[in-house]
Amino acid sequence: MTEAMDDDLVLDGNAVAGTLAEIYGDDMPTVLAQCASCGKVDHVGGLLAFVHAPGIVLRCTACATVMIRIVQTPKGTFVDVRGKRIPAPPKS
Amino acid sequence: MKRPLEWQIATVKALRSETREVKTLTLSLPDWVAHRPGQHYDVRLTAEDGYSAQRSYSVASEPERTGEIDLTVERIADGEVSPFLDDTIAIGDRFEVRGPIGGYFVWDSSIRGPLLLVAGGSGVVPLMAMLRHRAAAGGKDPARLLYSARTYEQIIYGQELEMLAGKNGLAVSYTLTRTQPSGWKGYARRIDDAMLEEVSAPLGRNALAFICGPTALVEVAADGLERVGLPADRIRTERFGPSGA
Repeated sequence: MTEAMDDDLVLDGNAVAGTLAEIYGDDMPTVLAQCASCGKVDHVGGLLAFVHAPGIVLRCTACATVMIRIVQTPKGTFVDVRGKRIPAPPKS
Repeated sequence: MKRPLEWQIATVKALRSETREVKTLTLSLPDWVAHRPGQHYDVRLTAEDGYSAQRSYSVASEPERTGEIDLTVERIADGEVSPFLDDTIAIGDRFEVRGPIGGYFVWDSSIRGPLLLVAGGSGVVPLMAMLRHRAAAGGKDPARLLYSARTYEQIIYGQELEMLAGKNGLAVSYTLTRTQPSGWKGYARRIDDAMLEEVSAPLGRNALAFICGPTALVEVAADGLERVGLPADRIRTERFGPSGA
């Protein structure tokens, strides 16, 4: 499968903060998320966002792995976070 | 008071053309709350058949202006929402908005110290909210805006930036990447490390940087600022793209 990575259509996690807050009830762009594939840790607001499709896809900035998928339908919202890990707390 | 995530009906109070492709909408909000500069609103347009499209637009105005916000919208050819907001909309029209949203790409005058803003095209919009707020709040810490546009005619807020520049510690630099008017004294190339070094050096290495623009520019500027010595955790980015579409 060739995936169009048309740079001009890439936004970031900030752009979908409203939808994320509908689901999580919190300001998600400041929350840290870890890529399940390469381990890169980013703020959700910094992830690559693809919104010009029937759904929202958030990808890792380092390896482009799909971290979060959101599809809103009349019957409900589907969220797939299999590509995302919760990063370990910083060692003190 | 309404929570930011509840939709409310905004009324178009004023319209202003910024450039040929860019328009500013002043919206009256019945449940206005002060935003933090850099935050955005979601706009939802619903057709008579129930089809709705939602986009997010950065607030351009400063939170000191109560009861209303400015959204600056770039018209994207073939877009679903921006052509309506730019071409069809009229004063008195109403549509749904919710916000302010986002706590990541925000700055307010309680954050002291040197401030570096890097804008590409309509990515200047959230940075303008920061500069307008900075002026309204009487901020005097050093600040610099590096603004990349294709042509002189595509510079948004040009006159206002001219009035703000050179006062209260703010310097504004432009680079025009496609064509330049005769006698142009600004930069005339895409943003590169040498340009970032020149613009950021007077602020020192602990400036707080906000970069907003298309993905390619954001990546060049963020990587470049790290290369010229800014710590990565002092660099905030927002990919604007044609966010509206």
